[in-house]
Amino acid sequence: MGKTITEIEEIRKYKRAELDLRVNTAANTREKHILVCQGTGCTSSKSPKIAEKLEKMIREKNIDNVRIVKTGCFGLCSKGPIIIIRPEDTFYSLVTLDDVEEIIESHIINGKVVERLLCKDISGTVVNKLDELPFYKKQMRIALKNCGVINPEDIDEYIAFDGFKALENVLTSMSQDEVIDEISKSGLRGRGGAGFPTGKKWAFVKMAQGDQKYVVCNADEGDPGAFMDRSILEGDPHSLLEAMAIAAYSVGANKGYIYVRAEYPIAVQRLKIAIEQEREYGILGENIFGTNFSFDIEIRLGAGAFVCGEETALLESVEGKRGQPRTKPPFPANVGLFQKPTLINNVETYANITRIILNGADWYSSIGTETSKGTKVFALGGNVNNVGLVEVPMGTTLREIIYDIGGGIPNKREFKAAQTGGPSGGCIPKEHLDTKIDYESLAQIGSMMGSGGLIVMDDTKCMVNIARFYLDFTVSESCGKCTPCRIGTKRLLEILQKICDGKGVPEDLEKLEKLANDVKKSAVCGLGQTAPNPVLSTMKYFRDEYKAHVVEHNCEAKECKAMAKIMIDPEKCKGCDLCKKVCPVNAISGEIKEIHTIDQNKCIKCRSCMAKCPFKAIG
Amino acid sequence: MESNEKLNCADEKIKNEVCEMLKQFDNDKQHLITILNEVQEKYGYIPKVAQVEIANYLNIPLAEVYGVITFYSRFSLEPKGKYNISICLGTACFVKGSKELLERAKQKLGIEEGKTTEDGMFSLDTTRCVGACGLAPVFTVNNEVYGKATVKLLDEVIDNIKANL
Repeated sequence: MGKTITEIEEIRKYKRAELDLRVNTAANTREKHILVCQGTGCTSSKSPKIAEKLEKMIREKNIDNVRIVKTGCFGLCSKGPIIIIRPEDTFYSLVTLDDVEEIIESHIINGKVVERLLCKDISGTVVNKLDELPFYKKQMRIALKNCGVINPEDIDEYIAFDGFKALENVLTSMSQDEVIDEISKSGLRGRGGAGFPTGKKWAFVKMAQGDQKYVVCNADEGDPGAFMDRSILEGDPHSLLEAMAIAAYSVGANKGYIYVRAEYPIAVQRLKIAIEQEREYGILGENIFGTNFSFDIEIRLGAGAFVCGEETALLESVEGKRGQPRTKPPFPANVGLFQKPTLINNVETYANITRIILNGADWYSSIGTETSKGTKVFALGGNVNNVGLVEVPMGTTLREIIYDIGGGIPNKREFKAAQTGGPSGGCIPKEHLDTKIDYESLAQIGSMMGSGGLIVMDDTKCMVNIARFYLDFTVSESCGKCTPCRIGTKRLLEILQKICDGKGVPEDLEKLEKLANDVKKSAVCGLGQTAPNPVLSTMKYFRDEYKAHVVEHNCEAKECKAMAKIMIDPEKCKGCDLCKKVCPVNAISGEIKEIHTIDQNKCIKCRSCMAKCPFKAIG
Repeated sequence: MESNEKLNCADEKIKNEVCEMLKQFDNDKQHLITILNEVQEKYGYIPKVAQVEIANYLNIPLAEVYGVITFYSRFSLEPKGKYNISICLGTACFVKGSKELLERAKQKLGIEEGKTTEDGMFSLDTTRCVGACGLAPVFTVNNEVYGKATVKLLDEVIDNIKANL
């Protein structure tokens, strides 16, 4: 038996009071909640065991005012496993199983903060509370609002923080067009990467003729190095389901599908639990909240194909087929899943919907830039101090994200490039660090917003090798349907491989550029059309590096091993003469007991000398 | 002769189990990927006998089942080793040196990626992001994630498994 709006409101009231200490540091209570992150990052470093041990100790010590809460991702993944104690908001990082006892004894029983587990900022200052960490200061959480606050496996906790209020409003007091208008006015654009206006998409599907319509959620986050959607699915699955219901009502659909990567087992599990709970409460099913609106959702697992992030390939895959893109038009809004009108949005796009309905389009459109409204979640990774999940208003600069939030580059290295948009995006060099991030500005400098992967690279990275890495990815993920992508990307990869192997010639650069532009213009789907971007953007900004590879056959970063010069370290060389004896081309000179040297012009890089040297002096 | 009988026995068992599993789906071919995911999960690969059963049940050609299996990287036609080592080659791991891990794993196990050792104990795979980018570079052994990995850690993990075989 489902719940009525009044019953949900009751749950909301008492649960909100009970959970006040989660968001209110001044809450007057003797209760404490120990929040333990159960996102993929922290789970990988054994956070479930930490939660288990905390629970066990609390039982054993008969502590009655403490609750262990398993939450979604807090964002600062490189400091995991993370524990936060509320209401005081104490932030413990890099917690191990051995620390559990001290946390209970010292913090919980004696009220004394465990100093050594507190986080330090880059300057080394100890930071007590989450809010005081520079990592969080410039962030603004809309899509991630509930992540790390609620237990994603408890529907009542979601309800406590305005859960299903937007759906109630929509179903009881808004027409389909009013909802679509509100979304249009908010300026929300697709967060999957391309940035198509969401309201417009909804309007197209509503206008499409059809006896059956579908809403689909694209949760096939294939960009390697991106984990925004995963964190939302794991940390706040109900907000996605609620938004899908709102979308379904607006466009006139009664069935939804979530296409999610099978590589995200925790996300899949939490979605399943969330769907079950909503069915039990009657928030999914027939006549939701006593209205005429009926809606249900099914999960479909992907099976490891990057191209399935492309919307028409995704639809093919949901239908159980090989995920090959369809030709457009017709667009999915008219001919989509099972040939019916279909709305497809990405997880993060949906995650904004309930906030827009509750706070209004004007509020939402006041955040961001002229053309790009709201916030964007980025998965910040690579050579940066604070690896993790960040949500910032559109218009924030790359410098702010990398230096203020990300804490800069580790090991005293220099920033070289930031890569956005994954295999479809480009590398952004130092001179564009102050670009305000939005859809247009990123496209202008040869990259793209993409789904939100943001990989920082330091000066030890070779840009040719990075381009080769991305092409290697697209070649293995090309579905093979169209020739420019199937063969063109393969040829691009071959040229790049040749350059990385030190066999490149100057003409290769022209060939590379021409072919890249041809593939871009002629491929059928987004994967092929954007596959050359990493090549084109690195060629644009790091042309000298390409030139050094093909003219001098030199890889400054020494990542392209074939070009690496083999040298003898004069500090370590004892003059034993073994290397000279083993060298097949007589490239090594030097008298016994004197320092030896290698003639680079003769050396064939066979590495025989490296293997022979007893003092590890050759490298 | 004896080994043939054994094989048939094993096939017979898989066939019966797959038939039983198929009952939870209606015979609409839209369920193909869902079914293959379950079979992959259960056996670590998709045996031929299972492919035949699935094709019959969904009333589609065996070639179509094969076509879908080979399209998606998660599906395997060969059994995996008892310990499947998977090196993450997502971008975050790549820029932190996961390529070195892959080279080392190949060297240490004496197999190329996608292959299984002769004794069936180890197989080596690469994956595109397990989503633990905060711990990059990572590798996984079956479903256990090892973060902030080094060649030394990889060596230790493999040696440990070998020592306990």
